[in-house]
Formats: sequence, C-alpha cells, structure tokens
Amino acid sequence: MGRITLDKVRKAFGEVEVIPPLDLTIEDGEFVVFVGPSGCGKSTLLRLIAGLEDVSGGQIRIDGQDATMVPPAKRGLAMVFQSYALYPHMSVRKNIAFPLRMAKLDPAEQNRRVEAAAEVLNLTDYLDRRPGQLSGGQRQRVAIGRAIVREPAAFLFDEPLSNLDAALRVGMRLEISELHKRLKTTMIYVTHDQVEAMTMADKIVVLRAGHIEQVGSPLELYREPRNTFVAGFIGSPKMNLLEGAEAEKRGATTVGIRPEHITPSATEGQWKGRVGVAEHLGSDTFFHVHVDGWPEPITVRAGGEVDMNHGDTIYLTPDEERMHRFDAQGLRIA
Amino acid sequence: MATQHSRTAARIMMTPAVFLLLVWMLVPLSMTLWFSFRRFLPLRGGDQGFVWFENYTRFISSSSFWPAVQTTLVIVGGVLLVSIVFGILLALLLDQPMWGQGVVRILVIAPFFVMPTVSALVWKNMFMDPTNGLFAHLWRAFGADPVVWLSDVPTFSIIMIVSWQWLPFATLILLTAIQSLDSEQLEAAEMDGAGPLARFGFITLPHLSRAITIVILIQTIFLLSIFAEIFVTTGGAFGTRTLTYLIYQRVLESQNVGLGSAGGVYAIILANIVALFLMRIVGKNLDR
Amino acid sequence: MARAVTTQRKAINTTIAWAIGLLIFFPILWTILTSFKTEGEAVANPPVFLFFDWTLENYAVVQERSNYMRFLWNSIIIAGGSTLLGILVAVPAAWSMAFVPSKRTKDILLWMLSTKMLPAVGVLYPIYLLCIELGVLDSRAALVVILMLINLPIIVWMLYTYFREIPGEILEAARMDGAGLKEELLYILTPMAVPGIASTLLLNFILAWNEAFWTLNLTAVDAAPLTAFIASYSSPEGLFFAKLSAASTMAIAPILILGWFSQKQLVRGLTFGAVK
Repeated sequence: MGRITLDKVRKAFGEVEVIPPLDLTIEDGEFVVFVGPSGCGKSTLLRLIAGLEDVSGGQIRIDGQDATMVPPAKRGLAMVFQSYALYPHMSVRKNIAFPLRMAKLDPAEQNRRVEAAAEVLNLTDYLDRRPGQLSGGQRQRVAIGRAIVREPAAFLFDEPLSNLDAALRVGMRLEISELHKRLKTTMIYVTHDQVEAMTMADKIVVLRAGHIEQVGSPLELYREPRNTFVAGFIGSPKMNLLEGAEAEKRGATTVGIRPEHITPSATEGQWKGRVGVAEHLGSDTFFHVHVDGWPEPITVRAGGEVDMNHGDTIYLTPDEERMHRFDAQGLRIA
Repeated sequence: MATQHSRTAARIMMTPAVFLLLVWMLVPLSMTLWFSFRRFLPLRGGDQGFVWFENYTRFISSSSFWPAVQTTLVIVGGVLLVSIVFGILLALLLDQPMWGQGVVRILVIAPFFVMPTVSALVWKNMFMDPTNGLFAHLWRAFGADPVVWLSDVPTFSIIMIVSWQWLPFATLILLTAIQSLDSEQLEAAEMDGAGPLARFGFITLPHLSRAITIVILIQTIFLLSIFAEIFVTTGGAFGTRTLTYLIYQRVLESQNVGLGSAGGVYAIILANIVALFLMRIVGKNLDR
Repeated sequence: MARAVTTQRKAINTTIAWAIGLLIFFPILWTILTSFKTEGEAVANPPVFLFFDWTLENYAVVQERSNYMRFLWNSIIIAGGSTLLGILVAVPAAWSMAFVPSKRTKDILLWMLSTKMLPAVGVLYPIYLLCIELGVLDSRAALVVILMLINLPIIVWMLYTYFREIPGEILEAARMDGAGLKEELLYILTPMAVPGIASTLLLNFILAWNEAFWTLNLTAVDAAPLTAFIASYSSPEGLFFAKLSAASTMAIAPILILGWFSQKQLVRGLTFGAVK
C-alpha cells in the first residue's frame, strides 16, 4: 500500500518560504509526476515526503499513519537520486543488497531478492562489478534495483534521467513506465521535462514557486490548462499566447492556441504572415511565422513534407474550438 | 540538507573538537596575559604582584628587542624571497616534459620531510664547519680561506638552511597551481600572438598570484616561529636572535616569565595580523 | 592536447632538472653516505664519495651509546598517539561540518585554523607550568595531547575537504535505505573516506614526528623523541660526523619514505584546501 497525503505541508528555509501550505493526495499505485521550472520547489517537496528535510508545518501521512516526524529510514519509501548515489566502494550486488542488510534480512533471502531484481533489470552479468565500471544507464538500473528490492510503499524519483544522454533517456523512460505497470506501486517522479511528465504520469502536479498550479491527468492538462502558466508549460512546442486585438475579439485578455491547432496554407487563411525559421523534422515541420503587427512570431505545426521556406508568405487559420481563453489574472475562462 | 535530527547529532559530534581547542586556546592565552602584567621571576622571588604594562615597555625598550625584530624580518624576508623566486623557477622547470619527472619531484621535495633539528645539525657540521665541513674543503680546493659560516655570516647561513627546508614546500604548491592552469588559455594566448615571456607574464604569473600569496602567508606564520634551527646552530648568538628566540630565552633561560609573556603577547599579535590575511583568502575559498 | 616535444628539448629539460634535483637532495644523500664511513673518511679532504670502506659500525655505536631505540620508540608513540587521537576527535567534527553545514560552520573552521596560527612561544610558559603542576613534564602523555592539539586544526581541515567531496546524496541514499547514523558512518562514509583519512594520518604523523618546539622544551630524558636525540648531538662532545650522520639517517629515514607517499596530499593539507 502506498497512499500519501500531504496536509497543509509547509517548508521555509529561515525567512524564505519555499513551499506555502499545500494539500495533495497521492493514491495507492498512482504514478505522479511533479513538474515545474527549476526552483519551483518540486525537489524540496519530494525530499519532504522522503523525510530528508523537516517540514516547517503541516502533516504527511503514509497509508493513514502520521509520518511527519518519522526518520527517512523508517518511512518505508525508496528513492532514486539524480546522481544515482551508488555506493562506489561496494559491488553492484552489495549496493542492491544494502537496504536489505540494513533491514537485517537473512542473507539467503537477501541474495534471492538481489538476484531477482538483477534479473528484471538485466544486471545479472554485472553483479560483481563496481559502480565505477558501469555505464550511465546501467548505474541508473542499479539505483532502481536498490529501490525495488525493499518492496517499498512508494518509489521517489528525483530527476533520475537528467544525467543520461537523449537516446538512453527515452529507453529508461519506457523501462520505468513498464516497471510501474508491473509492480503497481505508487511512484512519485520529479522532473523539469514536461515530455517525461506527459509520457509517464497518471497524474501530473504542476508546480510554480512552491504553489500547485494544477493537478490532473496529462490530457486534462493538455486540453484544459487552468491558467496561462500551465498552458505555456505543458505541450511541445509551446502554446502560442496572444494578447491585444485577437484576444479582445474573443472576449479575453489572453488567448492561447497550440501550434498543432493552426492550419497553414499557401493561399488563404485568417492571418497572413511571413515564414521566419522553418524547422523540417521530417515527421513534422515547425514554422515560426511573423504575422504583421504582432510583437512575437507564432509557432505552427505543419505536416512532414510541406515545402515552404524562409521568407515565403503563409496564411494561418486557428481552430476556434481549440482556442483557450484567459482573463486578466491569467485564469482560464470556461 | 539537514533535518533536526541530524543537526542535533552534528552538534554533539562537533563538541569534543571545539571544546578541546577552546580550552587549548583560552587557558594558556589568559595565563600568558596574566603573567605579562606581573613581575614573575620563578627562581628569584617568584610572583611579585602586578606591574601592569611595565613588562611591555621593558620588553620593547630592552636593547635586544629591535635587533631581534630586525633579525626576524631579515630571516623571514630572506627565506620568502629565496623560496618564492626559486620556487617559481623550479615549478616551471618541473612542469616541462622530461624523463624521470616523478623521481626529480621526490628529490626536490625530500628536504621538507627532514626533521628541523637534523637539517640544522647536518648543515652546521657537515657543510658549514670551518675545518671539516664540505664548504671548507670546497673553498680550500679553490685556494680560498674557508668561511666561518655561523659566526661570520650567521644570518645568511640560517637563511640558507631554512630556505633549503622551505623551498620544497613553495615549489610543490606553485607546481600544483601551475598544473591547474588550463592549457587552452595558454594556447589561446599563443594564437593571439603572445611569446613565451608574454605568456608567462600575462597568463601564468597572474594565475599563480593566489598560490604565491598563500605560500607567503603560510610560510610567514611558520617562519616567524622557527626555533630548532637557531637552537641547534647558534643558540641565538652572533645576532641571530629572533623574536621567538628572545622570548624563549626570557622565559626559560633567564626565567623572567613576566617579561617573556609580554613578548609572547607581542608575538601573538604579530602572528594574528598575518593570520588575518590568510584567513580571508581561505575563507573566500570556502564559499565556492 | 599537449604538443609533441622534440627529444632534444626533453633531454635538456631532463639534464637541468636532474642536476637541480640532485643538488637539492645532496645534503640528505651526503648524510646517508657519511653514515657508512669511518670517522676518518668522514672528514677526509678531499672528500670521498662512494669509494670508501662501507661500514655499519656507526649505527651500532649510536644505538649502544645513546640508546637510539628508546628515542625512536618515544617518537613513534608521540607522533602516532597524537595522530590517532586527533583523528578520533576530528572525524566526527569534520563529518558534522561537511554534511550538516550551518551558518556558523565557516566561522568555526576559520577559528580552528586561527588556533593553529598561535605562536607556540607565546604560550610556552603557561604550558610548561601546567605540565609541572600536573606532573607530566617530560612525559609522553603530555606531548601526545599537546601535539594532538596543535595538529587538530589541520586534521579537521583535511578531513573536511575530503568529506566535502563525497556527495551528500550518497549519504541520503543510505538514510533512505534504512541506515541509521551509526550504519551511515560505519558502512558508507568511513569506507569512502579511507583514502582521505589515510593521507591525513600520514601527513600529521610526519608533522608530529618533526615537531621541534614542544618536543625540545617539554622533554628531558624519559619522553625525549628523536628531535631531542639529534639536538643532543649539537654539543661539541658529540661531534663525530659519521656517527652524527648515522643518527640523522635513522631519524629521517622512516619519514622520508612516508613523506614520498604523502606528497600528493601535502599541498592540500598545508594550504587548508586553498590550493588544489
């Protein structure tokens, strides 16, 4: 079981309040991603849950039990760190067995569990190596192995993929997702990368300056961002946010339209502009279009092999149904 | 990164070290201060009460004070000059590609590990002895009269001995600093048309300035209190009495504790002035 | 990338460097050589370098006449004892400062350093008096404690700089894995810090071994270590070069060997981490 409840949890470093009182419930078996720009307090929040930092106020409950003052070792949670934090002086086997050794498990049982974890993570051949002799991806798997052998109530991941190169990151993302499907254990995952959030999460928690901006499934956040911050943060490339005449026309202070919800055309459309930079990715083409009289270029997604280039005239038509409207406070107008 | 629990543990674990050093600093220091205000001659009447600042004025106005200050400055300055100048040259040399670099490094560093009493004694007898010393043999071989090193040029001799001991230290630190210089910087300067001398002057030397400052400060602190080298070679005779040695003589040889303690307070103040600069550098380094 | 250097240039470097290296090393070499000569050969003019009758007689005489072993034993006890004691006190303190830093950590570290700057001569009499009062003048125990105290700041500093290189996340990982404070120190920190602790031990052993202010002033007979043993040769009656050399060689040989192992750590230890 791993249901984690944060009740008015607050954190201040001296005078500076990094997390104002915050409520959040993480259901058992859920894959929750905390996402936000750097400095938004997502890692601090994770460390509060882990017990590596003391809360300044409020209560943390794990499976209904008050865990606020429980030391990290006793919370029954496992954590995978950004730097992997493997013990460099121990072999992979000893690394993975360390939590079991701390729990004073019988050596035979320790061994059995380590072998099983290694099997799952494809580490069997590396058990007697030192972490220093492993590649980044392998180290990552050792860190995960060390977490799973404990059979924790929940896994905590602190930006685990940010030290890997792009190709490996995609692979590990899938592995972690698969692991979650198989173990069905609660996972809390911190990242600044909204792609990781969108692809892995059951539930995304968007944070900014210690505040929860929105909680919801990836598609909820995509379809109905509650404010301009979430609108701009979720989705790639970013949503275009327009102010001024276009917004007023639609009864809002700001309107947003995603690049994929604009239809480009060489001949006709609502807005007329000039192609600035054209990024041809093969599967997609992104145009950065300068529309006459607008301060910022807007981004448009077109099909893979559209042949338009720098300087060409382009006509754009937004999908009015998919237009997001925000008021002067930046909040969504329903 | 800490919880209340670990902070409490940390405080407890720090206590012994802090407590010991606090006692080590405060008890003798306050005793020295106390004695410095009293007339205290353990062998001639013992503690004869407060004389307040008389010891301080007497220590300064005694005929041996200013010569001692002068000797101290000459020795410290001389050793610093020798070890910095030759230290830079040696460090530059050792940084060049060569065969057996490791062995040369070891040869150069070795004097630092020699016990001060040994190095003083070896130099005094086997090199500087006017009849049997190696230098005497060398001088005679060239038909010159041997120099009576420790009485004719005593300060110079001591500077030589102490420099031999401290040159390795300066070299080692400067070498470490040179090796930490990013070679791309030098290559960029070379691309910009700087010759070897210009590269040394504009890139290497500024890069070394911090290390040089540290060498100066640390050596000054150690050199201000050199003792064994003088104790073994001249015993403070022939104008080689430094401030440290003068205080030592007042306290233990003539057993004038009050006077010696006043001198000790001066020495502490002097060392603290140097230490202050050193601590500012070290402290800045901590913030990174 | 370093460029290829011509062999000729390398040869010149090598020659100059070796010449200077040998020149600097020469007094030590000469001492070692002389220790194997007879007294007559030791003062011969012109001096003899290698072609003399090698003898071990001096070593035997030194041991016989002055009981070298007792001084050696005192040196080992004093240097070793003060270093071990220092490590014992310093490890927890350095751990605290490296992993649970507070606003005062920097001040405490600098304050510790400042005690190291205190000129020994300034507190000579108080310490001397305290030793008499406590009846520990000329005792090994007193020197163990005093040398521990004068080197403690260096030990704390060295360990602190080594510990700071251990990422805090690893210790946090151990905490998450269920390790308590004791297990954390025992299974994670100490094994990871072994190289750092070892070089700290080594350097401080050397410093304590060579310390020549307190060891000269606070000992007479019983506790006198090698520094005092050698100083006793400065009186005229001890003036036999070969024996002096033998005694000197015995006093510095162990440390020269240890010193060569510690040269990499020397810089860090003596500059308080300010030069790396």
